[in-house]
Amino acid sequence: MPETTGQPAHRDPRVVEAIDRYWKRNLSIMAVLLLIWAAVGLGAGVLFADTLNAWSLGGIPLGFWFAQQGSIIVFVVLILVYALSLNRLDRQHHEDLAAIKRGQS
Amino acid sequence: MSVQIWTFLFVGLTFGLYLVIAWLSRVSDTKGFYVAGQGIPAAANGMATAADWMSAASFISMAGIISTLGYAGGMYLMGWTGGYVLLALLLAPYLRKFGHFTVPDFIGDRYRSDTARVVAVVCAIFVSFTYVAGQMRGVGIVFSRFLEVDVDVGVYIGVAIVFVYATLGGMKGITWTQVAQYWVLITAFLTPAIAISLQYTGTAIPQIGLGSELIGQGTVLLDKLNQIHADLGFASYTEPFIGSWDKLNVFCVTLALMAGTAGLPHVIVRFYTVKNVAAARWSAFWALLFIALLYLTAPAIGAFARYAMLDGLHGKTEAQLPEWFDSWEQTGLILWLDDGDGQLAYTGTETNEVFRSGNLGTSRVAEIKQNHERWLQGDSAGRDGRAVLRQAGLSGPDRDIIVLATPEMAGLAAWIIAFVAAGGLAAALSTASGLLLVISSSVAHDLYFRIVNKEASESQRLLVGRGVIGVAVIVAGILGIYPPGFVSQVVAFAFGLAAASFFPVIVLGIFSKRVGTVPAVAGMIVGIGFTATYILGSVYGGWSHWAFGIGPQGIGVVGMVLNFAVTLGLTPFFPAPDESVQELILSIREPEGAGPGLDIEHSIEAD
Repeated sequence: MPETTGQPAHRDPRVVEAIDRYWKRNLSIMAVLLLIWAAVGLGAGVLFADTLNAWSLGGIPLGFWFAQQGSIIVFVVLILVYALSLNRLDRQHHEDLAAIKRGQS
Repeated sequence: MSVQIWTFLFVGLTFGLYLVIAWLSRVSDTKGFYVAGQGIPAAANGMATAADWMSAASFISMAGIISTLGYAGGMYLMGWTGGYVLLALLLAPYLRKFGHFTVPDFIGDRYRSDTARVVAVVCAIFVSFTYVAGQMRGVGIVFSRFLEVDVDVGVYIGVAIVFVYATLGGMKGITWTQVAQYWVLITAFLTPAIAISLQYTGTAIPQIGLGSELIGQGTVLLDKLNQIHADLGFASYTEPFIGSWDKLNVFCVTLALMAGTAGLPHVIVRFYTVKNVAAARWSAFWALLFIALLYLTAPAIGAFARYAMLDGLHGKTEAQLPEWFDSWEQTGLILWLDDGDGQLAYTGTETNEVFRSGNLGTSRVAEIKQNHERWLQGDSAGRDGRAVLRQAGLSGPDRDIIVLATPEMAGLAAWIIAFVAAGGLAAALSTASGLLLVISSSVAHDLYFRIVNKEASESQRLLVGRGVIGVAVIVAGILGIYPPGFVSQVVAFAFGLAAASFFPVIVLGIFSKRVGTVPAVAGMIVGIGFTATYILGSVYGGWSHWAFGIGPQGIGVVGMVLNFAVTLGLTPFFPAPDESVQELILSIREPEGAGPGLDIEHSIEAD
């Protein structure tokens, strides 16, 4: 992210740091998942569909299968993984903040 | 019992259920009216989102589109489900944390600009209206076939029913009604799919049936289809990139649908109705899971219906034609113009005799048929109706009948056929009511309250909201009776416009602290301006597809890229947003402290 100017003075720098750390982890999880999203949906389902059709999966040409079945299954799994990992990250972040708070008082 | 009695029974029972739910959960304050008091469990919200999302287009048209297009039909499947991934990862949790009521609200607050807000409101209303028109037509088609009334009368009935429960219950009624509608529509979709798969392949799972051997044929279904297609002069069913659906166009349409899904206001508003940020994520997962059940089944129905239709119609004489053909012929959604040999030919070439009446009026169709009769008798005043209809682009049956007719094609029991009709109505009505609510909240909240009358009291806003729903239902009904062109095409345009306008500003609004008001508004105007001009130019102005040969359905991707480019290109020359906006962005990014969402009074103070 470009810059962090404009921080209001009342924010504890440790809190800002915790948010920053949370955000960077969030971005890297997102990047990995979106990469898979693009590779399966736009890659296997469209760009390489003609090549993949040379193989077949249970009686269905593979490129056709990715376009009409496989990509959808992968998308559901991606969102599941996202929800699980981000909600875990949230809990960790919550504990970090609680620790900072305890240190203050 | 006959199909018609069963239809009355199922439609009556399910409608009674929806109305009871709407009545039980009627609400009186604005907050409940728009976002259901934010107390809906994630799985129920996911189900409601799925019902909201799976419109008449998904239920009635999608399998038909796949059945007609083969591989290329996959772009709708991938586009609409892949868009959910973008929605879940890039938008849903952040907009939930933001906690205001609508998307224009977010854009207006993040960019501190009423211009941006108005542009967003106009986009939201336009997208919603094109969509609602399609739903109303879907209702009309279902009624016209099963209750044997005119399509227009069907639309009137639908208008009356949507109006009653959308104004009576508000969002709370809609959410729980949609949960019920989800169950009706998914059962109605899966039951015939399983029955057909069992009948043709002996496999109870349609997705496996799609790749299985046909009973008594010794060939795999898709191979058989490809073989029939080749024999009759149709393009291959499974081979990609044939004719106008080349790789670039399939890619662009898929991506435009993906980005457009994430920018659709009636889907985004759903994520305001859950308890917290974590629930917003779970809600997105449940929604896609429930949607996937239908979307994974549609390709199987498409392929089975294609086989049943070609096998059941081609080469048959009047006496041999199945019963379903006669009942659908009366609606004009399928026509047969014989070349004189008494045998129906359904092919991909000039010998084809199967058509649909499309937007032609009944009198025009009768005239074409009459001229065709004369032509057959050698009268020089007559004219080959097949050539006329082929030139009008009306070859083949209307794809909207595929799902509704499939159970009949496969000779399933009368109650299954009737149940599918109830499912189609559930799909159309659930989406229509959700969309009408977005239109109403856009006008009442974003336009009336935020811009026209900032002093409006809660009861005034509620009154405007309900009044707008009333007007919107009637306008939507008119659009359903006189559809502006080809409905599913118009829907695809709506996605392109959403992708080119909303998507970039929302994403940049969350993921960049640097992008300011001027670049964002400029980007939005360039994106939607380019996309709308290109679509209008291609559809009405006769433009060749000069932008790399991309058709109007996929052009939203180019508009979206332009939007991003303009916004990011201008950003260095304009100031970053002020401190309060920086603070807003920081708070959106962090799930901490997302209370039960702001209520409307707080959002006034926040300004």
